[in-house]
Amino acid sequence: MASLHPAPATPRVFAVVGNPNCGKSTLFNALTGLKQKVGNYPGVTVEKKVGTAYSQHGQPMTVIDMPGSYSLAARSPDEAVTRDVLLGRRSDTPTPERIICIVDASNLERSLYLVHQVLDLGRPVILVLNMMDIAAKSGIALRIARLEKELGIPVIPCEAVNGKGLIDLKLAMSRPDLPLSRHAWDVPKAIAPAVAELQASLVDNDNKPPLSARAEALLLLTDQDAVRVSGSTPLSRRTSEILKGWQGRWESEGTDWAAILVQSRYDSIGKMAAEVVQRRPAGSSATDRIDAAVTDPVWGWIILVAVMALVFLSIFTLAEYPMDWIDHHVAAFGEWVRSSLAPGDLRNLLTDGAIAGVGSILVFLPQILILFFFIGLLESTGYMARAAFIMDRLMSRVGLNGRSFIPMLSSYACAIPGIMATRTIEDAKDRLVTILVAPLMSCSARLPVYLIMIAALVPGDRVPLMTKVGIMMLMYGLGTGGAFGFAWLFKRTLLKGAPSMMIMELPPYHLPRLKDVAFHMVERAWIFVRNAGTVILAISIVLWFLSAYPRAPQGASAQEQLAGSFAGRAGHAIEPLIKPLGFDWRVGIGLISSFAAREVFVSSTAVVFNVENVGEGKDMNVVPLRTALRDARWPDGRPLFTPLVCLGLMVYYVFAMQCMSTVAVVWRETNSLWWPLFQIIYMTGTAWVVTFVVYQAGRALGF
Amino acid sequence: MPVEAKLSELSVGASAIVRAYPKSGAFFLRLREMGVLPGTPVTLVRTAPLGDPIEIKVRGYNLTLRKSEAEHIVVERL
Repeated sequence: MASLHPAPATPRVFAVVGNPNCGKSTLFNALTGLKQKVGNYPGVTVEKKVGTAYSQHGQPMTVIDMPGSYSLAARSPDEAVTRDVLLGRRSDTPTPERIICIVDASNLERSLYLVHQVLDLGRPVILVLNMMDIAAKSGIALRIARLEKELGIPVIPCEAVNGKGLIDLKLAMSRPDLPLSRHAWDVPKAIAPAVAELQASLVDNDNKPPLSARAEALLLLTDQDAVRVSGSTPLSRRTSEILKGWQGRWESEGTDWAAILVQSRYDSIGKMAAEVVQRRPAGSSATDRIDAAVTDPVWGWIILVAVMALVFLSIFTLAEYPMDWIDHHVAAFGEWVRSSLAPGDLRNLLTDGAIAGVGSILVFLPQILILFFFIGLLESTGYMARAAFIMDRLMSRVGLNGRSFIPMLSSYACAIPGIMATRTIEDAKDRLVTILVAPLMSCSARLPVYLIMIAALVPGDRVPLMTKVGIMMLMYGLGTGGAFGFAWLFKRTLLKGAPSMMIMELPPYHLPRLKDVAFHMVERAWIFVRNAGTVILAISIVLWFLSAYPRAPQGASAQEQLAGSFAGRAGHAIEPLIKPLGFDWRVGIGLISSFAAREVFVSSTAVVFNVENVGEGKDMNVVPLRTALRDARWPDGRPLFTPLVCLGLMVYYVFAMQCMSTVAVVWRETNSLWWPLFQIIYMTGTAWVVTFVVYQAGRALGF
Repeated sequence: MPVEAKLSELSVGASAIVRAYPKSGAFFLRLREMGVLPGTPVTLVRTAPLGDPIEIKVRGYNLTLRKSEAEHIVVERL
């Protein structure tokens, strides 16, 4: 039976546009509350946030939170997406009918540049002046009525943090008629004919509405379309030809069209700002005083080290409890399923494959949540930009910029949140290089392998603390050196391009809003579970299959089962390959099975050498395994785990890509199978070469 | 003291007016869009602890750039 109710009209689509650090996300959260969906724009790793707000009359309105942008002449994938959505170039996103421009009221002049570009689009715009309180504190008064008159659009003063101005904004959004901007600016004469011709071609050949075509024409002349991202509709042939023609003509004449356009926009903004902004001389601001300490040559380092130490201590101490809890409960749940189902392949698939796989996804969540809590905190207070400012000099040595510092540092805890944190790096190539080298930073999953190898390496029952610390430092140093070395290499070869630029705003400090930080944190965790979870689950089922099949005859021990399985056979098969490293097929099984996660090496080695009661994590008891390893022999009776082999194995784990979860995250974050594959090849290749050199050199020296 | 200088040569706290910089290049286009144009007054706020990059105040906000790029920006000391 057909419904009697009329289908609801599709809600109006609003886009929220603004510079980074202007309080855009806070406003978006305040408008939409919990009614929002977060995902990626298809084909690019740019966050897509869409939510629903309600008008004064309860009508739903769709609100899209665009990534922070300084200009529609895009320099980063984030800005490219903003540009493409506003110009209607993305088929995956509806073209917004109305645009909310949010600006930092204490920084009006620079912020109006983006507004100026947006007004050209010929769609209704609402201007939100955010952080009015901060502007007032720094001695800035704004003549809002004047600005409204100059622009001819609604201008709404607002403090998004405490909800002030929100009702006025919703009222403006609910208006059935919103005026188009009366604001006119004269396109400079030198480029007017080019704009006219491009506009006509965009209307005729690319089906663009006339007003937006004019904006796009202006943009094409400044933009040169440097950043094209996947999912954006390309220009028609005719339009591209016209554009190339004009660019060629100007180039030969020496006219700098981009400079002329930017200059004339700022001329018009400058005139407006002179009318609207009234500045009272104010003393040094809180931000100035904080920065004097935070970027001080001595205090700056102390504060940076203290902040980072706090983050790491929190991750290591706080994450342990929920991680143990998750491990325990997943295991208990697996046991429960095991006891309630009839023995058989299906039961084993469920318990050893699927449930264990889900467990290995969940176990990352505490670290991701804690790290993103801190990253959100650092980002929203403004400290993140200062850390990048301090570290830029060092990072520039290998061709990166200061923005890569936090993601690389985070990777000491776990490469997964580190790689996810690279989204704050604007430059696409810098971001990719950082993703490629981040897993070389020694993460916490390598610790159990290091510990068991150190125990097997050092004679006697107890390892002197200094020896342990010394070897550990050596491994961390190797990994860090490798990461920077490869970053340097990749920036010079594979991802060669313009040197990374550093042009970054240092925003005023803000008190963080815990609600926004928590939102950010949960979003990240959800992105991880949804994007990488399925891949991790699939790989862990495959790995389970490889070690569980073919089935050994009834009554066989776990050791015999593993040795006879596909994984065991693979261990045998790769023995010729790893023999030059001093490893036999049993070590090979450990290497293969620990592709699931590095720490699995300990448990699978225990099975291979028929050792029980090794335990995990804090409860790990190295003594029985160490004894077994010391007793292990080659068929000719030589000891297998000589100190040199133990050292080689540690070195191998420093460099080798042995983590399916990282592979899954890299796949999702780069949107390509090629990059994780490349990463496996270059990292594991390096691991082989370095271990080979260590082992053979050690042998030659008589160890 | 010469009136013309490079932005990278200013001392901390000194103000100047931007006069000229290279026309082409993604960096300088973005610098323009961030409001640093010929004729714009700037103040050198500080340099990073390792001497690079530098932080300038322009149009009421703070911006950092590297010395290697600031070297190409000609300013007139005030």
